[in-house]
Amino acid sequence: MASPPPLPSSTSVLSSASSLADSLFQRSLDDLIKSVRSDPSSEPSIIARSLSEIRREIRSSDPLTKSIALQKLTYLSSLHFHSMSFAAFHTLELLPSPSPQTKRLAYLAASLSFHPSTTELLPLATHQLHKDLTSLSTSSSSSSFPFLPSLPLHLLSLASSADLSSHLAPDLVPLLSRSSPLQPKAVAATYRVLSLCPSTVPVLFKPLVDCLSSDNPLTVSAAVGAFCELSAPPNDPAPYLPLAPEIYRVLVNSRSNWTLIKALKIFSRLVPLEPRLGTRIVEPLSKFLRESQAKSLVLECIKTVVSCLPTHTEAMRLAIDKIKELLSSDDDPNLRYLGLQTLGMLAPGHLWALEESREVVAQSLTDPDRSICHEALRVMMAMTLQENSIESCTLLVRQAAKSDPEFANEILDSVLTSCSKDFYELVVDFDWYVSLLGEMARIVHCTKGDEISRQLVDIGLRVRDARPELVRVARELLIDPSLLGNHFLYNVLSAAAWISGEYVEFSKDPMELVEALLQPRTSLLPTSARAVYIQSVLKVLTFSCNSHIDESSSLVNDTVIARMLSLIEMTVGPLAESEEAEVEDRVRNLLGVVRLVANIKDLSGDKDKDGMIYEVVRVMDALFSDEMGPVSANAQKKVSVPEDLDLKDNLADLSEFISDNDAAMSRSNPSILFYPQSCNASEEVEVGPTSVAESTSLKEHRKRHGLYYLSTDKETTEPELTEDYPRVNETLPLSNGDTTRRVKVTKLRPTVVKLDEGEDLATSSSLSTKVEAMKDDPLSGAIKDVLLGKKGNGASSSFDASSSSQGKGKDKVKGKEIKSKKGEEGESKDRHKGRRKHKHRKEPAPPVSVAQETPVIQDFLL
Amino acid sequence: MVFVLVSQIRFILLQNRQGKTRLAKYYVPLEDSEKHKVEYEVHRLVVNRDPKFTNFVEFRTHKVIYRRYAGLFFSMCVDITDNELAYLECIHLFVEILDHFFSNVCELDLVFNFHKVYLILDEFILAGELQETSKRAIIERMGELEKQE
Repeated sequence: MASPPPLPSSTSVLSSASSLADSLFQRSLDDLIKSVRSDPSSEPSIIARSLSEIRREIRSSDPLTKSIALQKLTYLSSLHFHSMSFAAFHTLELLPSPSPQTKRLAYLAASLSFHPSTTELLPLATHQLHKDLTSLSTSSSSSSFPFLPSLPLHLLSLASSADLSSHLAPDLVPLLSRSSPLQPKAVAATYRVLSLCPSTVPVLFKPLVDCLSSDNPLTVSAAVGAFCELSAPPNDPAPYLPLAPEIYRVLVNSRSNWTLIKALKIFSRLVPLEPRLGTRIVEPLSKFLRESQAKSLVLECIKTVVSCLPTHTEAMRLAIDKIKELLSSDDDPNLRYLGLQTLGMLAPGHLWALEESREVVAQSLTDPDRSICHEALRVMMAMTLQENSIESCTLLVRQAAKSDPEFANEILDSVLTSCSKDFYELVVDFDWYVSLLGEMARIVHCTKGDEISRQLVDIGLRVRDARPELVRVARELLIDPSLLGNHFLYNVLSAAAWISGEYVEFSKDPMELVEALLQPRTSLLPTSARAVYIQSVLKVLTFSCNSHIDESSSLVNDTVIARMLSLIEMTVGPLAESEEAEVEDRVRNLLGVVRLVANIKDLSGDKDKDGMIYEVVRVMDALFSDEMGPVSANAQKKVSVPEDLDLKDNLADLSEFISDNDAAMSRSNPSILFYPQSCNASEEVEVGPTSVAESTSLKEHRKRHGLYYLSTDKETTEPELTEDYPRVNETLPLSNGDTTRRVKVTKLRPTVVKLDEGEDLATSSSLSTKVEAMKDDPLSGAIKDVLLGKKGNGASSSFDASSSSQGKGKDKVKGKEIKSKKGEEGESKDRHKGRRKHKHRKEPAPPVSVAQETPVIQDFLL
Repeated sequence: MVFVLVSQIRFILLQNRQGKTRLAKYYVPLEDSEKHKVEYEVHRLVVNRDPKFTNFVEFRTHKVIYRRYAGLFFSMCVDITDNELAYLECIHLFVEILDHFFSNVCELDLVFNFHKVYLILDEFILAGELQETSKRAIIERMGELEKQE
């Protein structure tokens, strides 16, 4: 393999005497590479040494030395990640070099290392770039270097800034207009320039559009590609709608698969905006699907048909057949992957097709290739409906248990998200789902503890009928000592504890529960979880005592209670000195209650003595017997202000009062809040603003205005006031879940308490469309101007670069354009618009041409 | 000002099995440290994949289409919605051209002629867009450029 002679060393011999000495000592690129490769272990030091050499050499005045140094630096920088920015100026110095090799080198270095954000010197290159771009028109260098403009084109496309682009845009126009090997390159550079600098649109857009009709297929391909990129999301595809006829022509005539693919992509963005286009392209699409041998083209056709033309049954049938073909290619994993991907695109409109391939999808879940598994998972989730949710989810969870950690968590994540969507829309049998949640928590690599615990509690709050099953699942989780060591599960365990405490009435064995909640290994739990555990113990104890008094439960008798009490005392006692406030707090509460009821000896005993204890127990039980329900996000808004309550006035009074007090007082104002005086299920009722320092004037004020400030004491409650405020936990008027939907399901779907419909619907979609509309508005606006303005001008008009008149024209025309884009393009409107635009420039074409042009579009679409 | 450039091809990497980069061409602006990270991640992604697996992997919010030829991995990063099969063909075309140009190219050829490899690449992809799909045309162009040197 004879490689061409390494260029630096051969030319360096021919250099002038003065630099001979230099170059003899300068190492060439080859030398550098060889030395770097010679000793891998000392590579960093060799590179460092070379870099310092290069720094020295590059400052030399001899261009050859410089260029060799630059070449070496380029090598080091691109492959060994060293910043080249110190050489930026030298690179610029070499750009004007007459020697093509040096020029090429300099441009390469520039395109690899320049960027507007890192190189402030970029504007200095403007003149040189301008010279090089227009070199073909000057006779001097055109013969020796016919492809010279391609160099600056590359640089422009990679490293340009908005300023540079706007200065050089006019130079691109002759390159775009003349059919030459450079034309496709110019097109590619143009698209970059356009997206960087929308103000160049008037200059560049028309030549770009003309390239679509060029004889050179490469130019056409490049132009289609450029429009494909310009219309890609997040940009707005609407301005390119008028180009549809030309692109259609390309679609029908082009022989190149690449071009066809890009044209199809553009159509896939335009068809949603103009459904009539869909009817036009169905025919060529179907032809491709039937006849083309190129799998890439077939793939693109499938994607286009499925995403844009779902109503054209014939085309869909063809597409679905092809998808099945892809899925069944056992020998080529790429095709199978693509089959799965396109299959997923068929949901939700054509689920029957997905169902037919269920086997293949299920099998692909177990494929060793991660990419295929992912796609299969996506398709499975898309296929899951209420009817088959049990089957699908069980299968998936079972698969998760067998998979590696990453994929297992992905599966769990998708099952959790889709089942909880729309307030558990997919779940019909909550008992099954709850036990599935428990199963999920036990999967070895599960990291979704947060979501699982959230859902467990959420279901407990919303679905009454599921509570017994929840308690059962919770019990199993709590009893198992091995789970306590797993730090991913502690929030699941605290959810389980909360459920057991809250719904203890469904528990079969409270004693066992208490034992589980107090087992020794619970010391491994973090504070938050322990706090919940202890609180639950309190709830269970209260319940047991109460049921003992009521004699309602056979499980709870004297001995049981006694055992419970002693167990609690023994295990929890030491925690009373715990360092964590949360735990200590609850422990003390618990112990307090324990000591109070410890005196229950005999049920039938002296009522007087035990009377107080009964009372205590009853009150405690009453505390916990309120049902906690979900709180809507809009609950506060729904609280209607009672008529006799005058909010504004009250606070106005206060302000004059507060100004009398010192500054510290007013700063702590925010802590004066309205607390509805309700019996909260949790016993840590925050008793009003405690942080406000009581000064005499404020105390008096409060006494006077006791109506507005709810007192901190229970006794002085104004009863009518509490009635006015709905309690925090009360479930507000709601719409119940649909219980009558699935007739054939044996068990009726339980009621799911939803509060606001659409409470959890993400508002992000609306936000994102807003953002999309904001982005690139200047570009799409500018293009709209040009395209619709162009129709008014007729075929031959010269675009003046006079931006001032353009700017004025833009503003005036814009309003009209938006209207005309939406409706039919009435001839009269266009003519009117055209005439207005003509005011600013010479009148090239009579309005007649306008009338001729618009029917073309309309004919095309009909 | 940060520009969000939508580019069909975001970058092209040629890496050997040990993770050394033999060629890196970026069509979107990235800092040097980011480039380092990207090359490391892509290498890790592709080097462990079984030859029987698909040639497409997800990479951050994009897709990498790769193929292994002897000891080198050719990777192209494209948009999620791009046509995978078309880019696979693109990679193959590039390899065929290199092969023709260097006559049975081997890794060392690429190491010592890195600027020529950039030249070839630039003839055939500009601004992340595929320019020329005819092998013959590119080779002819390269011949002309050679004559100038």
